[in-house]
Amino acid sequence: MAGITSYGAYIPFYRLGKDTAGWGSPIEKPVINFDEDSITMAVAAGMDCISGGDRELVDSLIFATTTSPYIEKQGAAMVAAVVDLRRDIATNDATNSLRAGTQALRSAVDAVKAGSAKQVMVTAADCRTGTPGTEFDQTSGDGAGALLIGDEGVIAEVIDSYSVSDEVLDNWRAEGDGAVRSWEDRFVLQTGYLSVMPEAIQGLLKKVNLGIKDINKAVLYGPNPRRHAEMARQLGLDAGQVQDPLFGQMGNTGAAYSLMQLIAALEGAKPGQKILVASYGDGADAILLETTDQIANFNGKRGIKGNLEKKRIRKSVGVRGATLKGLDGGGPSASARWRDRESIDRLHGAKCLSCGLIQYPPQRICSRCHTKDQWETVRLSDKPGKIFTFSLDYLVGGVDSPLAITIINFEGGGRGMFTMTDREVEDVQCEKPVEMTFRKLRSSGGVHNYFWKAMPQRFQGAFQGIA
Amino acid sequence: MQSIKDRVAIVGMGCSKFGERWDMGTEDLLVESTSEAFEDAGVKSEDIQAAWLGTQNQMSGQILAQAIKTEYIPITRIENFCATGTNAMMDACFAVAAGIYDLVLVAGVEKLKDSGVGFLTGGGGQPSAQTAPGVPPPAQFALAANRYFYQYGLSYEEGKQMLAKIDVKNHYNGSLNPKAHFQRAITEEQAINAPMQAFPLGLYDCCGVSDGSAAAIITRPEIAKTMRDDYILVKGLGLGVGAQQGSLRDYYDFTHFDEAVYASRMAYEQAGVKNPREEIDVCEVHDCFSITEAITMEDVGFSPRGMVKNDIDNGFFELSGDGPKVNTDGGLKCFGHPIGASGIRMIYEVYKQLQGKADKRQVKNVRLGMTHNLGGQPGSFTGAISIWGTRD
Repeated sequence: MAGITSYGAYIPFYRLGKDTAGWGSPIEKPVINFDEDSITMAVAAGMDCISGGDRELVDSLIFATTTSPYIEKQGAAMVAAVVDLRRDIATNDATNSLRAGTQALRSAVDAVKAGSAKQVMVTAADCRTGTPGTEFDQTSGDGAGALLIGDEGVIAEVIDSYSVSDEVLDNWRAEGDGAVRSWEDRFVLQTGYLSVMPEAIQGLLKKVNLGIKDINKAVLYGPNPRRHAEMARQLGLDAGQVQDPLFGQMGNTGAAYSLMQLIAALEGAKPGQKILVASYGDGADAILLETTDQIANFNGKRGIKGNLEKKRIRKSVGVRGATLKGLDGGGPSASARWRDRESIDRLHGAKCLSCGLIQYPPQRICSRCHTKDQWETVRLSDKPGKIFTFSLDYLVGGVDSPLAITIINFEGGGRGMFTMTDREVEDVQCEKPVEMTFRKLRSSGGVHNYFWKAMPQRFQGAFQGIA
Repeated sequence: MQSIKDRVAIVGMGCSKFGERWDMGTEDLLVESTSEAFEDAGVKSEDIQAAWLGTQNQMSGQILAQAIKTEYIPITRIENFCATGTNAMMDACFAVAAGIYDLVLVAGVEKLKDSGVGFLTGGGGQPSAQTAPGVPPPAQFALAANRYFYQYGLSYEEGKQMLAKIDVKNHYNGSLNPKAHFQRAITEEQAINAPMQAFPLGLYDCCGVSDGSAAAIITRPEIAKTMRDDYILVKGLGLGVGAQQGSLRDYYDFTHFDEAVYASRMAYEQAGVKNPREEIDVCEVHDCFSITEAITMEDVGFSPRGMVKNDIDNGFFELSGDGPKVNTDGGLKCFGHPIGASGIRMIYEVYKQLQGKADKRQVKNVRLGMTHNLGGQPGSFTGAISIWGTRD
């Protein structure tokens, strides 16, 4: 039996809403902070997904997105490293289509069924940009979901799937374009969404010999609330059968949207329920899942529900799209960064086997007992911490002024200096609890330089798994 | 291990005007300070057998040779963060004490005001992963201030007032000094209400950014006797170099600086100082930020741990106070911090105080003077101490 064994999600803390100056809409939607992108969101969802689990069992990671920060350079390799997966695994980016998320899910299930991977982590994240003020801008949101696919401890079995490939110029974004473009709305809907997605769903239902009324929950991609409702109506679904598409809370999160809705459906699901997932983009995917008895005992994830509860409404839309430019002098030294990749990407500290002191970054010789080269790796990225001391710098300037600099002491030992993000000035005080979050420090010389930052603790226990 | 006590004498010193010396380059600043030192010692540059130069931004000793036109003598350039100048003096003293040279020039210099920005930009250094937070000095020391306030239960207002009193003292002392960059007294209200640089440090809690140079001529005491009556003698030299203990050990408390503690212990032992609070008459400390001066009073044993506020409130360290007179020349606060020059500038003030030539700032009956530098940031410093006394 192949299916979902775990899930995780990430929704940015900051939302645009009716109190956001310059937004001009009562619709609420999550937006990335200045230091987030699809990679950082995929990492956060992946950390949620694997929390409390065994990283050693994961044989493959797929990163699905239409907004990878690089055209040439794999996102999956970075996400896998930062989530702290093994090195001898397969990594893949699924890109360039809103169906990337469900396509990744299909590939993952195929790999597990074929026995080429024991477990596959599927991460999907998007932060698409529309022209400000358009319907696209108001109904899209930023976010990420992650699923662990395996054949042991399955909470939702993937029964079957059906895909349609369809070449049409409906939505697109060319290299160098900032915003998504579309052909005329009526053409897109009639020849695309409202015709191709039902084709895939009907194909699947026929294949598994089920009717639409046999579905307990239908997870439907939809570009906006109106078209989503139209789709449900056209398919003959009752209101109770349709998964809340979370417009006005989460919005259309692009390639991650179908998987994030699926996660929301799993959060409310009982054993033995049939869930239909349908996505659209250059064709359509339809996937049928059935929850198992194990879902009743599955918990401890931030998921969609947890993430939706944690939010702060932006005072203004000002920082949307803002990027931190590097100081002159270009990007980081690739060789220096590579040399320290374990401590930078994986946030590995080291515990002295002789005296037990955890040190970050790892050293050759112990700071306390001076023993040489006797260390045990300690992952600090998923540990809760506390602000030991801090400063708020008004000189550096930029979008994050005052820059919050903190000395973080990790639970269980170890200390590091990190900037703090997703914070108000009053959050930055001695002894306040924090957790770590992977963020983009700055972009310079074509390089996006990432590192961990501290943020006010959003969930108790950080990424150790919620008790 | 031998003590350096009484084995080296300073027979001449010079100090440039510190400030925004737009018309002066590094070499001009060196000419200004060394000319005064040569004149004070009654020697010529041709008499100098070797020299040590403390500077962070100039890459070699050649800049000193080029400035004063020495002819192929040994010149060593020293860099050790903010302890650079004092470290140059130390190494020069060791060479003289060893008898290798009889007459040595020590100079420190930094031209900071050509960078185009009003704060320290750092050395650039090795290409790196650029993942470490780029933290300007005020924010580094604010880490100590915030934890100090927290640990000793000081409210923001109490802590801020404690720091403001330090700013007011040093600005007053600087107002008496024609060589200082800033020569204007300020009020507590001005200090407290100044624009925030790095919470809780405001503008007046931060030292200036200045150009400057200082120089000394050193020799052995038996030669010094033939040169002048009021030479001064080295009593102790300490240098404590950190290994990031504070960054790596999660039990470091950020409210004291071990590097300075160790450096002062070394120097006190050599000098035979048992009770610094009673024995030290004047002390120039590294007040890069007001919090640094406050914590330093505890590090060097002038005030008990966590108790410096009492001494500050009582005016203990002021020119009119009962304790060691601290930063009598105005400190880094009024001189700015041209890195390589600062340590030797501090020794210049101690030299003048010991000679009774500190003019309006003169402290009565000065027998023992001390300087203190701290380079780096809380977590890993280079700490330096020098102690000087009058001749017997």
